[in-house]
Amino acid sequence: MNLDTPAGPVLYLSGVTVTFDGFRALDSLSLLVEPGELRCVIGPNGAGKTTLMDVITGRTRPDVGDVQYGEANDLTRMSEAEIVHAGIGRKFQKPTIFRAHTVFENLELALKMDKRVLPTLRARGTPEQEARIDEVLALIGLRGKARTLADLLSHGEKQWLEIGMLLVQEPGLLLLDEPVAGMSDEETARTGELLHSLAGKHSLVVVEHDMHFVDSIARKVTVLHEGRVLAEGPMDVIREDKQVIDVYLGR
Amino acid sequence: MSTATVTLTPSVAAPPSPPGRRLYPRKVWAVILSAYGVLAVAIPVLHLAVPASSPLHLSDYTVTLVGKILCYATVALAMDLVWGYTGILSLGHGLFFALGGYAMGMYLMRAIGRDGVYGDPVLPDFMVFLDWKELPWYWLGSERFLQQALLVVAVPGLLAFVFGWFAFRSRIRGVYFSIITQALTYASMLLFFRNQTGFGGNNGFTDFKRILGFPLASPRTRVVLLMLSATLLMSVLVLCRVLVLSKLGRVLTAIRDAEDRVRFCGYDPVSFKLFVWTLSACICGIAGALYVPQVGIINPSEMSPANSVEIAIAVALGGRGTLLGPILGAALLHGAKSVLTVAFPELWLFVLGLSFIVVTRWLPRGVLGLLWREGRS
Amino acid sequence: MRSVPSAERRLLTLLMLLTATAARSGEAAPPEPRPPTTLDAATLDRLVKPESRDETIASLVEATDVHALPVLRALLEGNLYLGPTAVLVDRDGALQDALTGAPAPVDRDQLEQLTINNRLRRTLERSVAALSLLQGSASERLAAVRVLQDNPGPEVLPAVQKALAQERDRQVKEALRATAAMLALASPEPGQRLAAIEELRKAHAKRRLLQQREVEQDPAVLAALDDAVREVDLALQRAAMVGLFFSGLSLGSILLLAALGLAITFGLMGVINMAHGELLMVGAYATWLVQSAFRGSRHFDWYLLAALPASFLAAAAVGALLEITVVRKLYGRPLETLLATWGASLLIVQTVRVAFGAQNVEVSNPSWMSGGLTLLPDLVLPWNRIVILLFSAGVLAGVWLLLTRTRLGLLVRAVTQDRQRAAGLGVRTPRVDLLAFAVGSGIAGLGGCALSQIGNVGPELGQGFIVDSFMVVVLGGVGQLAGTTIAAGTLGAVNKLLEPWAGAVMAKIVVLVFVILFIQRRPQGLFALRGRALEEG
Repeated sequence: MNLDTPAGPVLYLSGVTVTFDGFRALDSLSLLVEPGELRCVIGPNGAGKTTLMDVITGRTRPDVGDVQYGEANDLTRMSEAEIVHAGIGRKFQKPTIFRAHTVFENLELALKMDKRVLPTLRARGTPEQEARIDEVLALIGLRGKARTLADLLSHGEKQWLEIGMLLVQEPGLLLLDEPVAGMSDEETARTGELLHSLAGKHSLVVVEHDMHFVDSIARKVTVLHEGRVLAEGPMDVIREDKQVIDVYLGR
Repeated sequence: MSTATVTLTPSVAAPPSPPGRRLYPRKVWAVILSAYGVLAVAIPVLHLAVPASSPLHLSDYTVTLVGKILCYATVALAMDLVWGYTGILSLGHGLFFALGGYAMGMYLMRAIGRDGVYGDPVLPDFMVFLDWKELPWYWLGSERFLQQALLVVAVPGLLAFVFGWFAFRSRIRGVYFSIITQALTYASMLLFFRNQTGFGGNNGFTDFKRILGFPLASPRTRVVLLMLSATLLMSVLVLCRVLVLSKLGRVLTAIRDAEDRVRFCGYDPVSFKLFVWTLSACICGIAGALYVPQVGIINPSEMSPANSVEIAIAVALGGRGTLLGPILGAALLHGAKSVLTVAFPELWLFVLGLSFIVVTRWLPRGVLGLLWREGRS
Repeated sequence: MRSVPSAERRLLTLLMLLTATAARSGEAAPPEPRPPTTLDAATLDRLVKPESRDETIASLVEATDVHALPVLRALLEGNLYLGPTAVLVDRDGALQDALTGAPAPVDRDQLEQLTINNRLRRTLERSVAALSLLQGSASERLAAVRVLQDNPGPEVLPAVQKALAQERDRQVKEALRATAAMLALASPEPGQRLAAIEELRKAHAKRRLLQQREVEQDPAVLAALDDAVREVDLALQRAAMVGLFFSGLSLGSILLLAALGLAITFGLMGVINMAHGELLMVGAYATWLVQSAFRGSRHFDWYLLAALPASFLAAAAVGALLEITVVRKLYGRPLETLLATWGASLLIVQTVRVAFGAQNVEVSNPSWMSGGLTLLPDLVLPWNRIVILLFSAGVLAGVWLLLTRTRLGLLVRAVTQDRQRAAGLGVRTPRVDLLAFAVGSGIAGLGGCALSQIGNVGPELGQGFIVDSFMVVVLGGVGQLAGTTIAAGTLGAVNKLLEPWAGAVMAKIVVLVFVILFIQRRPQGLFALRGRALEEG
């Protein structure tokens, strides 16, 4: 996916504050994500990681602050659907897939196309679309299970399917909330490979608890604490940071 | 503003229906078509041609009962579209049914003409009784069949659209939506109970004489109405099949299972829900319009919350998320009701109450699910 | 101030004591010693003769001779006979001499019954009532005042004034004052009429004032009449407003009772129980059973003390059964729970119908709850409504304490906030669910007990409440006790305020539409906390 200005940041947050009944979930937070970057966001519970995702996807509106996607998109003024159309895909913590549909149908539903009611009623699959689905199926390793009901997939497979559903929409920015939670070691490793293969082509923001996993995939890490950025930088630098050890890693 | 998220999300615990583009094998469709043939040909013959003395003769009562059940089955199918497939449990579908019935009832009242008790050429009896001098504005033109036939679809459709637009846009879901639909039908019932509302108060409309000039009491008219009901059900079944097999149908089921993911896939669930919700209400209106001339009465008790809940349980009983389930459920429920309320009136509510519990606890896929499983094992 | 000599003072005290005693003894008939009576043989003779009868009755009333009362009453009731030698009274079948009260065995064939015409009947009724003002119990005296108010006549004014002077009971005294004013209004003296108008204004007797305005000639009195009517109108309006506010509050308290249990089961636990209304009904029937057991007992007035725990336990037991058989199995499936509990509600209704009949049963108020508190002449607040208002406040406080101050409350909140973590900490969540559901159901039972005191108790009792109580909980916001309370009060008040303007049914519809629209704007209710989305996906 080509962005309007390859040189500028993909995602730009500045001075974002969100309060819930006096509690500051985000406290003038700023964040920059470069094109093609794979960014990990870590932090203790309640640090504001999920709220950060909610703000980017338009689910929660910030009290103050700028949220920009690319050059032209002011995310604070866009609806959730518009944000999706602009190219931001989000994966939830719990795998949310359409369990009554097959893997193929899940991806087909997610395909980039006219998604209004009547066009949907008339829609028929084209060979190009099938080729695209097949491509993604190969990428997420579910080619052999295209006709399987999504409900019957293993936990890890469901997570990959969900990532696949984001990929067929050809997003510029992928938000992944704890993609390896509940996965076996092998599945975790495969997910790491998958994310690596996606970086470069897409920009990724991964919120994760599993430090081994972060270690294995991260190039740049942002540490959140009480709604603020506590530290930011390569993983080996972060690991030595005194503050980070105090509030997070040391425990 | 934070998004409207309620703690109680709809969860459909019924196992997903089996995959595949063919909804039913050819054999099943053959059965469906022959059932339609029986309704459209055999019943008329048995009712009209066979003499009343013969044991094969179908009584007026039976024909009316079958016609009623066909209307209920159509409503159940419409309900299944929103509940079984889209996951929206409506407890107010009886309202749409009754509105269609009232729109048709208005025409039937005007068609009585001078044959009413008071013999007023324009005003229906209840208006004469209330000492009204002229028709209220919303009765204007109600003597025209086509206008009322349009209203049969338009009134429930419009109400459903407006209500749904508010509700879905605010992301009212799950039991909240159910309760509000129940309140809606309850409020409408209270409204229609008032004499001043102009729809006959708690007596509603009755004593119809003719429809389009044909006497309602004649066996021929009865048979034609029955055939129309059967045809309506058949058409709705085909329509539902087309919908469910289309990509739109898959989006609806996806909304049921993971609405947020549908939104993040770039669909606007509100318009999809609104579409299916309004369509369902329109179908209910038509079914109500066919129901009223057959049973000969429409009154506000059709809008009681209990009636709407019964529609839901008919769907659950037969098997929701399937096309034949609701039809089967409606036939079972209303067949049992017509037998039991006559034979053991005290028992009926026990049976009905127990069936709610049994179906929700032990038959998540309904009777059809039971048959299906047995057929496969 | 002049100092009173001590002997004089002692005398005064004695006099005051005497009057007080005399007045008090007026409550118990007959007074001792007997004051002189004007009813002698000659008077009786005149009374018997039709031509002098009117005038005799008038003189007896003028003399406020209570001893004439039995004779007059006998005449009124057709129990006075002219015997061969004396006038006789038929008292419960035994003939007595009208003067001495001695038994008089006379053959009934020799008696001539004294009959009266309609005009005389009215005069006699009035006279009997006027004399009755001076003796008998407070309620008898009050009844006599009412007779005079319906059937006024100028000749009884002295008797009324005399009664007013010695009356001690506040309610009777007020009624007497109004009656005296009514009678005084017919006085030829303008000053007296003005005073009477003042009294009638205080008593809000608008009808009598309007009647007088038709016939009054004196301009000063007319002006006073106009003023008085205007003031009475204002006061009536005020009373109507207060009354309206009270009935709104009362309806609110009833809704609150119906909704409080729901606030626990639905609001806190997230269980949608469509049989909640039936739990109210179970509570009401339990009250009825307890009341039936107490009937005839001298402790009947206190049956509610037994009915409260009984209704709580009965509804809690039914609720627990419901939880074990239905709710528990459908945890996390609200739509199924909704349908299954609806089915349960049908079962409960039908069971009650089969067991106790489809008709309403009669639950009577204990005597201390009947009647009302008279705030203004036109505003009586029924005691049963006041008691329920206080009761609902009490239940509210109880629920609040239960949730915030007890271990069960703590556990319930823990389980509802994070079921898995609570279970991980060793909380036996199924037991907490069961207990909480039973308590919520029991509170519905208490509501049913209260409802039985103001309305009909029948198998359909609960069905009218289910929509309303869900509206309260939804409007108030799930899990918000304060929201539930305010929503119940608001819905009750709005409903009642709209009623005079739009009629009861329209008021209900308007409220429902209002709630529907309100939820569009604030789906989480009045007191929703703005927070991060609780659910994902």
